[in-house]
Order: sequence, then structure tokens, then C-alpha cells
Amino acid sequence: MSTILQSLNLLITRGLPTTILLTLGLLALGLLLGFPIAFLQVYGPRPVRWFCRGYEQVFRGVPAIVLILLFHSGLSRTFHILLPAFVSALLALALRSSAYQSQIFRGAIQSVSEGQMLAARSVGMSKVRAIRHVILPQAFRLSIPSWTNEFSSVLKDTSLASAIGVLELMKQATLIFTRVQFIRGAQWILVILILVALVYWILTFVGNTALGYLEKRTRIPGFEMKGQVER
Amino acid sequence: MDAQQHRALSELVLRVEGVHKTYGDNHVLRGVSVQMRRGETKVIIGPSGTGKSTLLRCINQLTTPDEGHVWLGDCEITSPKEDINCARAKIGFVFQSFNLFTHLTALNNVRIAPMKVNKMGKAEATELAMMELERVGLADKAEAYPAELSGGQQQRVSIARALAMSPQLILFDEPTSALDPELIGEVLEVMIALAKEGMTMLAVTHEMGFARAVADEIIFMEGGLILEQGPPEELVQNPKHARTGEFLNKITELYGE
Repeated sequence: MSTILQSLNLLITRGLPTTILLTLGLLALGLLLGFPIAFLQVYGPRPVRWFCRGYEQVFRGVPAIVLILLFHSGLSRTFHILLPAFVSALLALALRSSAYQSQIFRGAIQSVSEGQMLAARSVGMSKVRAIRHVILPQAFRLSIPSWTNEFSSVLKDTSLASAIGVLELMKQATLIFTRVQFIRGAQWILVILILVALVYWILTFVGNTALGYLEKRTRIPGFEMKGQVER
Repeated sequence: MDAQQHRALSELVLRVEGVHKTYGDNHVLRGVSVQMRRGETKVIIGPSGTGKSTLLRCINQLTTPDEGHVWLGDCEITSPKEDINCARAKIGFVFQSFNLFTHLTALNNVRIAPMKVNKMGKAEATELAMMELERVGLADKAEAYPAELSGGQQQRVSIARALAMSPQLILFDEPTSALDPELIGEVLEVMIALAKEGMTMLAVTHEMGFARAVADEIIFMEGGLILEQGPPEELVQNPKHARTGEFLNKITELYGE
């Protein structure tokens, strides 16, 4: 029992903070990049739309692990740009998430009916005002369910950062079971993996619940939407 | 120009001259001219695909005409120098599908444009919005969202939304076509009251009851042109064109008297 508690303690004190930081950081960066990309993909001039589309296609079409390695080993070995492992993972996952988030927001903006823009223009709003006061508040509400999926998806993707040695939950779990299996036997690999799975599950649950609460708080009649399946 | 002519011109709220609009190969409007004096109500009728809605949209520039001019009072809103947002703020538009802002309550739907476009203070805008909701008989629904209102109520809120900008004229694009028959009456009642209060109104509608009650003129459009226009009784009793008579018979059959 004490081995379990000790392992759990290690996971929570020396793995969890990095996982949370990485998740929040990449979601924030992804939002900061993803939202403008979505906006430009809908409202930008044609060449800008093409560029954004290309960006989004590239980062959605490459596996996360490839991006992480590219930002770490790829950059350091070829260009001698040596990024700390955490920064490499953060950048790789944030860019990837920005591509996914841009699609969430683009879809939400485009699912606001054309009549809303017409009505806003008809009462004298400029296009910018119409977007700000009519389109975006609706798009924001429509995007929460998909954004909740993105959250739970990238939270688990952060475990890939362990591949380049970022000491987050997964890496910490690996460190624990490589040691413990010699002292207590190979079945402990299973125990530690279940333990780390449980921590990820609780994190996902807490995050989804919080976002569900946000969805409920901002819900208004006519915008009822259930969350979609995870990607 | 003598004094009488000048007065006649200054009373003109809207002057549309020679408007053309083409979508691809489809020449929707082939040179349409309309004039509206202050307080007048005109009804546009005609077969579907004739350019009635396009004409309304060309007036407030939701669609840009290919050719022709539109004046609102003394200012030409088709001129590139004109601030179109400013012009649109003075022209109310009521859509067939209501297009209320889905995320806003009835009250917010009505007061958002006075607040964001005219920079009116919140208290003043609220007072104005409540007054307009009262005018369409929906003050008690101020806090309801569009999804909680019937079609007829939504359309009345959208009329209040247009009224809140104190428009010089209101364009109605088939305002009752999307409504269940039992809800049409409440919207027409509001429109008739507005016309009687002296609002300048140009409505695309086949509700002949409305036309007879308040229209100064009926305009019959076909094939992107105005074929004939005149006071309701005249047009109904002795249409100059056979097509006008045929069409009027058809809609009388469909919509009743």
C-alpha cells in the first residue's frame, strides 16, 4: 500500500504540475493562434485564406509525436537551435492544437446563419460591429462543446512529451515503474500504469465538468447542443 | 422648378431610378424605378423570381445594384462617397425569416442598434426599446429569447427592432410568408397600425387585405420590370395588362379576399 501511495505522491508532486502547465499553455497558445486563423479563414482576403488553410492542413495532417521530435531533435541537430524539452513540446502541441482549434471556431462562425449578418447590416452595423456583437457571441457558444473535446484530447496528448524527456505525468510514471519493478516485481508496471491512467482520467473529468458548467452558464434557448464524440 | 414641384420633391423619402441587377446569366432587375412620398404605403406583388426581394435589397444596398441610383431624401446612397451604414440605419428592413439575433432577448434585439450604432445610453435605449415593444404589443415578452417566441411574435419584435432606429422608411420583404396562417393576422395588424400612423412603408406581400386597407399604390412586377402600378381599387378592377389581372385572380384564389 505504501508503494502505491509513494508512487501517487511522486506522480502528483513531480509530474502533474508539468502536465497541467503544458496543457494550459498549449491550449492558451492554440487559442491565441487558432482564433485569428479561423477568423482570417472566413473573413480574410483570398491569399490569406489560402495561407491559413495550408497552415491548418499541415498541422492537422502530421502526428503529434513527429512534430514534437521535429521541434526538439530536428531543430537542434540540424540548425543547432537548442530548445528546452518543455518548450519544444509546448510549441509542437500548441501549433497542432491551433490548427484544430481554428477548425472549431471556423465551423462555429460559419454555422451562424447568413440572416444574422444581413439583419445586423440592415440596422446600420458595420461588418466589424456585426461580427463583434452578433456573429462572435453566437459562434463562441456554438464552439464550447467541440472545444471541450479539444481540451480532453490535448490533455492526453501531453503524455507524448515524455518521448523527449519532459518530466510530466507519463515520464514520471515510466521512471517509477522502471525502478519499482526491480524491487517489487514486474506486475508493478501494470499497477503504476493504472495509477497514471487514473490521474489522467480524473483530470479529464474535472476539466470536462468545468467546461460543461461554462456551457450551462452561457446557455440560452435556441443554442442547445450536446457534446460530440471525441476525435 | 416652381414652388409646388419643389415641395413635391422634398416630400420624396425614397427615389429609385433605373435599377438593374444581374446574377450570372439571370437579369433579375431590368431597370426599375420607384418613388415613395412621406407617409405613403406601397405594396409590391408579382410572381416569384421576379426580383421583388432583390429590389428591396438593392434599396438598402444589402445587394449592390449593377446600374441605377437610389436616393434617400436628398442623399444618394448608391454614391460611393456615402457611408452606407449610416444610410441603412435610416431604412428599416423586415425579413421574411425574421432574423432576430438568436443570442439576444427581445429587449436586447430592439435596443442593440440604438446603443451600438447610434451610441445611445443604456437607460435611454431601454426606455425606447420598451416603448417599441409596447407598440407591437410585446412588452411582456421583453426578456424572452427568439426561440421562446412564436413566429408572429418574432416578426413583431423584428418590426420593433426596425422602429427603434426611427427609420425614414421601412422595407418589408414578404413579412408573413413564413408564418402559420393563424399568426399572420397579428403581424398585419401591427403593419396596418404603422401605416395609419404615417410610417413610410414599401412591402413585398401578397396579402391583398393589407394592400386594400392601407396601400396607396400596388406595384405589379414581372420579369424584372414594373408592369403596372396604381391605387388598389383601380388595379384590381381595371388592370391595364392582362397579366396583372391574371396574377391578381391567382393570388385572390390563394389568399382569399
